[in-house]
Amino acid sequence: MARVGVFVCHCGTNIAGVVNIPEVLEAAEKMPMVVSATDNKYSCSEPGQASIREAIIENNLNRVIVAACSPRMHEITFRRALASAGLNPYLLEMANIREQCSWVHSDNKEIATNKAIEIIKMAVAKVIRHEPLYPRQVGITKRALVIGGGITGIQTALDIANAGYGVVLVEREPSIGGRMAQLDKTFPTLDCSACILTPKMVDLSQHPKIKLMTYAEVKKVTGFIGNFEVEILHKAKKVDHLKCIGCGICWQKCPEKVPSEFDLGLGKRTAIYIPFAQAVPPKPVIDLSHCRYTKYLTWVATGQEGKKPPECRICEKLCPTAAIAWDQEEQLFTEKFGTIVVATGYQTYDYSHYKEYGSRDFADVITGLQLERLMSASGPTGGEVTRLSDGSHPKTVAFVCCVGSRDQQRGRPYCSKVCCMYTAKQAIMLKEHDPEVQCYIFYIDVRAGGKDFEEFYLRAIDEAGVIYIKGRPSKIYQDGKKLIVLGEDTLMGRPVEIPVDLVVLATGMEPSAGADELARNLNISYDTYNFMVEAHPKLRPVETHTDGIFVAGACVGPRDIPECVAQGSAAAAKVAALFSQDTLTTEPLIAVVNQARCIGCLLCVTICPFKAVDYQTTQDGRLIAATNESLCKGCGLCIAACRPKAIDLRGFTNQQILDEVAGLWL
Amino acid sequence: MAVSHEPRIVGFLCNWCSYAGADLAGTSRITYPANIRIIRVPCSGRVDPLFVVKSFQLGADGVLIAGCHPGDCHYTEGNYHTRRRFALLRPFLDYLGIDQERFRLEWVSASEGKKFSEVVADFTETLKRIGPREI
Repeated sequence: MARVGVFVCHCGTNIAGVVNIPEVLEAAEKMPMVVSATDNKYSCSEPGQASIREAIIENNLNRVIVAACSPRMHEITFRRALASAGLNPYLLEMANIREQCSWVHSDNKEIATNKAIEIIKMAVAKVIRHEPLYPRQVGITKRALVIGGGITGIQTALDIANAGYGVVLVEREPSIGGRMAQLDKTFPTLDCSACILTPKMVDLSQHPKIKLMTYAEVKKVTGFIGNFEVEILHKAKKVDHLKCIGCGICWQKCPEKVPSEFDLGLGKRTAIYIPFAQAVPPKPVIDLSHCRYTKYLTWVATGQEGKKPPECRICEKLCPTAAIAWDQEEQLFTEKFGTIVVATGYQTYDYSHYKEYGSRDFADVITGLQLERLMSASGPTGGEVTRLSDGSHPKTVAFVCCVGSRDQQRGRPYCSKVCCMYTAKQAIMLKEHDPEVQCYIFYIDVRAGGKDFEEFYLRAIDEAGVIYIKGRPSKIYQDGKKLIVLGEDTLMGRPVEIPVDLVVLATGMEPSAGADELARNLNISYDTYNFMVEAHPKLRPVETHTDGIFVAGACVGPRDIPECVAQGSAAAAKVAALFSQDTLTTEPLIAVVNQARCIGCLLCVTICPFKAVDYQTTQDGRLIAATNESLCKGCGLCIAACRPKAIDLRGFTNQQILDEVAGLWL
Repeated sequence: MAVSHEPRIVGFLCNWCSYAGADLAGTSRITYPANIRIIRVPCSGRVDPLFVVKSFQLGADGVLIAGCHPGDCHYTEGNYHTRRRFALLRPFLDYLGIDQERFRLEWVSASEGKKFSEVVADFTETLKRIGPREI
């Protein structure tokens, strides 16, 4: 038998100034199962809570109504008060008679008083159906998975590992380093990118708490916060990295040369390769799509038609440690993790949609990232900026900003944030390489918001003599050896036509290929451009709506290096805070299945946004739904969808809500 | 005909947006007609069509469901289910002899206290115009 106590709060004059409290108390006493109705000047204050505590014990109450402010304000406070009186905290219901009554109906005290009485009546009808609920404790696997080995992932992994927790870093390329490894210098300090990145890469590979998995991909994710199970696919390297010492004979002697992805097609690599000289791990993989021996094997397997390819196997013959492993196959491993950090970064926009800029047809129209490789001392030209068409040194260079950024027509309306600064940097660097170079930068707006950015942009104008032209070029075409850039100087209001030797397109950022597939696997949201969506853009920038999964860096949106590093560290701090606990407490207000009623239609399984409903087979062979208490967020979508009413939401059961409605007409 | 008919509205408000929006109307001291009785639900997607029909059966003059704007659902997609579910329920109300105008689905965010008060005022006005229900 329910024994309900009603506590009506004055909230000073906030409620009592409008609502007639004695009248409310008189009405409350007559409500079903109410054994006591008292008022309080400030229920949330310590004396207020004490009087609730005392009344619970004195009147042997087992249900409590606090008629006061919004439950969003003080539900937790009063739950604690119940707990301190030895009552289950979930036997509380709040009647919101301040925000939704006295404050909005101050114009008519009589109506407000009536409404307050009805609100309490509804709350009483609901609280009678309350059941004691108990939070559950679940264990945590104190090991983090970091997806992506760019600067963000490296920073995250190092910070988590330095906090004393195990980390696995998965990178799909043969080496970590990401985009930052491709850069020559970084703005606005002109630090050498490799000089500040590669020591971190080495730190990571040597850290006792970090396990590095390169040439591997995350395939499937199940489980929930503290207890994820992740399937990781290890692609076939065909090289035993335990035996390999990274001496480099194989990739020096391999006869098959292919365009290097790392050098964006500007240089060559071999079929057995490390992507770049400072790669971590410094051990090669064999690119099977180009390996001669693989081609030979395919030729044998397909009936030996056509010309016989060479059998090659030079790497195998030369390897001093017999590390070449032709029988190595791709392998799928399942590992357990407590949290996952997504740091999959970005790729640059493919400008082949820009027909007016030649759609990759002109050899001397290159992208900003390609120019980075040309300027890099470890790049394909050894740091000399030359034209791809004839190898000459360009003397006039035009930069075009916002290619694949701020362009509605190409479906890329967002600003890529880093391009303004990296074009300024590249113009300054070109001037340093060759003082005779004249740079022109076509821009829409110069966005130099950042520490020392504006000064850096002014330096490009003052010291490097860069000419900034406001306007997006309308056409680029070849005229003899020169490229002609046609555009409009919108500030001067006149057309411009500039013959240049080299055009650099500042291509914008877009999420790495496959980001959407990964997001679906992880059950986190992504936007129309496939950027990951954070839980709150201001206040929860590295969290997602799926507990235990964090996002950091350029996979969330365009970011520069310092922001990526900061986000990586932020995600690591979140992970460390989680791992500092031994168990996790789960909210008991979740969906539960009545197995006897379930007909196994499993509509709930498809409707649940959190993959929290699964199915199982009963002993008598029936298929029924089963909820996962750790994954369920208590939204109640499945409940409204359930036809036989076999699933219900604790705290908001069908019966409770129906009784609440009916309470209005009691 | 009654001289002044005071309609009763049952409002199902999602905890994260609309209930917070209603709270904000209070915090901002925006007055609106006292005809609504609010029931807090975790998500507008929690609202079973049965709740709506039951409210009408018990004598509600109007039923309001308010949730986060499409795309803003705390549970990512709950309000999409709400939208579809009640697009189906609406024509069924005719069959029950309930004017479709008595049922409303609105998107009210946590920052739209003003909008919430306007929704209630407008809905109350509409229900007054239609008059009491003939059961």
